[in-house]
Amino acid sequence: MKLMGSLRIRLATVFRSSQINSEMEDELSSHIQHRADDLERSGMDRAEAERRARIEFGGREKFKEECHEALGGNFVESLIQDLRYAVRVLRKSPGFTIAAVLTLALAIGANAIVFSVMNAFILRPLNVPQAQSLYALWRPDVSDAHESYPDYLDLRDRNRSFDGLIAWNMVEAGLDTGHDPSDVWVYETSGNYFDALRLQPYLGSFFHASDEHGPNSAPYAVLTHAYWHTHFRNDPGVVGRVVKLNKHPFTILGVAPPEFHGTILFFSPDFFVPIVNHGQLAQDDLNARGSRWVFMVMGHLKPGVSPAQATADLNSVGSYLEEAYPKDDGKMRFTLARPSLYGDYLGRPVRAFMTGLMVLAGLILLAACANLGSLFAARAADRSREVALRLALGSTRRRILRQLFTEAVLISLVGGAVGLCGSVLLLRGLSAWQPFARWPIHLAVNPDANVYAVALLLTLASGFLFGAVPVRQVLRTNPYEVVKSGSTGRIGRRITVREVLLVVQIAICAVLVTSSMVAVRGLARSLHNDFGFELQNIMMVDTDLSMAGYSGDKVPPMQRRMIDALQAIPGVESVGLADTVPLGEGQNGTTVFTDNTSDLRSSNAAAEPILFKVSPEYLRAAGTALLSGRIFTWHDDKDSPRVAIVNREFTRRIFGSPTKAISRYFKMPDGTRIEVVGIVEDGKYGSLTEDPQPAMFLPILQSPSSSTWLVVRSNRDPQQLAAAIRSTLRQLDAGLPFYIQTRYKTLDITLFGPRMATIALGVLGVMGGLLSITGIFGMAAYSVSKRLRELGIRIALGAQRSEVLQAALGRPFKLLAWGSIAGLILGVLASRVLAFVVYQATPRDPLVLGGAVLAMSLLGLLATWIPAQRALRIDPLRLLREE
Amino acid sequence: MTEQAQLLPGTLDLLILRAVSLGPLHGYGVLLRIGQISGNALLIEQGALYPGLFRLVRQGLLKANWGTSENNRRAKFYELTVAGRKRLREETASWNRLVTAIGSALAAQPEEV
Repeated sequence: MKLMGSLRIRLATVFRSSQINSEMEDELSSHIQHRADDLERSGMDRAEAERRARIEFGGREKFKEECHEALGGNFVESLIQDLRYAVRVLRKSPGFTIAAVLTLALAIGANAIVFSVMNAFILRPLNVPQAQSLYALWRPDVSDAHESYPDYLDLRDRNRSFDGLIAWNMVEAGLDTGHDPSDVWVYETSGNYFDALRLQPYLGSFFHASDEHGPNSAPYAVLTHAYWHTHFRNDPGVVGRVVKLNKHPFTILGVAPPEFHGTILFFSPDFFVPIVNHGQLAQDDLNARGSRWVFMVMGHLKPGVSPAQATADLNSVGSYLEEAYPKDDGKMRFTLARPSLYGDYLGRPVRAFMTGLMVLAGLILLAACANLGSLFAARAADRSREVALRLALGSTRRRILRQLFTEAVLISLVGGAVGLCGSVLLLRGLSAWQPFARWPIHLAVNPDANVYAVALLLTLASGFLFGAVPVRQVLRTNPYEVVKSGSTGRIGRRITVREVLLVVQIAICAVLVTSSMVAVRGLARSLHNDFGFELQNIMMVDTDLSMAGYSGDKVPPMQRRMIDALQAIPGVESVGLADTVPLGEGQNGTTVFTDNTSDLRSSNAAAEPILFKVSPEYLRAAGTALLSGRIFTWHDDKDSPRVAIVNREFTRRIFGSPTKAISRYFKMPDGTRIEVVGIVEDGKYGSLTEDPQPAMFLPILQSPSSSTWLVVRSNRDPQQLAAAIRSTLRQLDAGLPFYIQTRYKTLDITLFGPRMATIALGVLGVMGGLLSITGIFGMAAYSVSKRLRELGIRIALGAQRSEVLQAALGRPFKLLAWGSIAGLILGVLASRVLAFVVYQATPRDPLVLGGAVLAMSLLGLLATWIPAQRALRIDPLRLLREE
Repeated sequence: MTEQAQLLPGTLDLLILRAVSLGPLHGYGVLLRIGQISGNALLIEQGALYPGLFRLVRQGLLKANWGTSENNRRAKFYELTVAGRKRLREETASWNRLVTAIGSALAAQPEEV
């Protein structure tokens, strides 16, 4: 009852505040009138009596405020009052307000972006029910999750820890819906996939474990919602339709729910088909235990089973498999991994990168707060007269501090809102962006409630943080001193916290500037490096002949026809063919053994080279230099002895040195002896930063593959050439989907990490630079305005311009110099870390060092320009007159 | 004026309740009444009365109504509520206990200890 009553009064005071105000006014006036009546009766005249009564009453405004406080509705009302006052004050100094809001908008925006990317990549699990208990099987010895299909079946049936273990693999397939063939990305999944993931169809139905009856027995397909939306225009009649994948008919059963984008981040499929039909979409043998082509095996842990228990369980199945199949299952050790980023494979770099970014973004926010704090402190000092006056008129210090905090929080809220709006726009763009046209890769980073909450929290926290800087100053204000002497300005020579903050900030900025330059230079240089193949004047066509129904013996003649047809295009110098290319998509590897090894289990392997199956012309077309021996010919076919060309690293690993490698033999896992007929230079195969890897090239006729990359060397204009290639291949087979791009374009994936790192560093560097500018500017402007009188006197006494500048800006410049030097040194050290991401990132580069120094000096010049102009334009006469 | 005592913190509310308990009063009247019943021995800043009055109204110990004063002016009159009367009784008792205790403590002689 009492609570309700007081609540009612509180609410009423908010809503009826004007009425209460006027009543209070009436009551206090009435008191004074009564007192004046008494005084008048004692012989005073009316005017004098009223004056006396008012004096006796005391500080009327103060008592009124206390009355409001006593009524309890005061908080909201004075908040509104404070806000109104803050808006008025801020509107009076638009320059300061805009600078402050922009600084914060940048800092909060940067944090919101980085956090929402982190949220999307790391914090948010896959979009399936109970994602917390979903784990993938990981093979720590080979650092991937691949399994063979028979091993998967054993793992699925023999483990006791998982509530349904699923397997899936991705392939590209040619889709024929009746017109215009296109290629689609397909998840081949085990029959229990949707049931084990606990998903319900959006439309129609899913396939189930009961649909699997051996190889190619389940010709069913499920569409993703996105593909159904874009390619079938949400047509519900799609259920039951038959489409052709790689010329094999598949019946569409249904559509997956819209929020489900597959079981790994980034890589969204178009179709799901049963994995038992793998033979129709790719060449791997479903029943080969040694062929580890299944991309991932994963499942929900049963309730009550801990990850450690599950790992032990899997390893016992693993040791059973090692014993039962010693030839195929060399080492079967398992750990559990989070599937969303493919365990640590993507997870570690992404986490490291995001953590680094988050730390940098946090530092930027701190720097912004430090800047705004010193700007606020400077303003508070400028407003010391106002503060003193208010204190003298009976305002409490608490009230004044609250006013200052209101201003700070108001600025931070506006800044945060602007920053958040900007970041939401940017994130929308990022989410719609497809970094590689060739791949179905999406970065869904749209902000969610978490992001908004964090942004609000950061905004409020930073508002209070920089609002707190001038607190001590206000608490120490002595109203009488200030009003008397006009200013509390004391220019001390001691080093203040503010200056240390500024130096730290400049140092951070210099680190960012240096490392972004190192990254840019490294990136630029890495494109002119020797990769073991050439980039100039080369066009790549990639396809898979199985997408148009070619298989077995039909593949090699078609490949030969394609090569011949492209060779006939005017201006084409040479055409090579390979199953995969270096720095393209994933590479194939195999184990090899020395010639005298007889026990061919994988633990006895001498090396695990990367394997390319190539046509005779490939090396010439790709621009890979043959060091000794011969290249392949079309006579290196099934009927002639097996031969190989290997790189130097291969000869080093298998034969000890390149000189005696020619004509020697090594063994494949199946026991085939292969003769080395040529040696080529080393190259980059998987990434630009890798150590030298062994690689071997086999003649495509001796180990056929339907996966086809055509390397077309020509110095014709790429667009014309692409058009000519397209029409030539269409004439050959109109039903074959393919993709044409320049050799440079194929590096997009390889360069994605370094590029992202460079862009991120560059953006952060620019932001750091902007913040340093506001920081130095704030400090320089403040120091000039504080010392206007001193500078005026100096000028009046005949000081030169350079001396004035020295006096006014010497200190900011000294700070800039110290910060820059520290930052440069740190930046050089940080570049070693950068070298892991960006190929050939080295700070020992005159261009980098010179650029960084130039950038920092430019920054200093920019920041001190306006204060310097102001210092030089001082008119001593006017200044002295004013004071 | 020098003979006037400073108010102890918290005692103003008690004085207001006591003053109003003798009949409805407006603000200035409360001040006069306190002066009258305390023999003008207490120093009260005039304006300081009002936050106290508002506080007591908010606590439901006083109720206020606008009326006309003996000077024929509009004024707000305060009177005790039932809760106010009860509170006055309790506060008076507790004050008396305090005074007795402090008084006897101050009057204590060495031999009594």
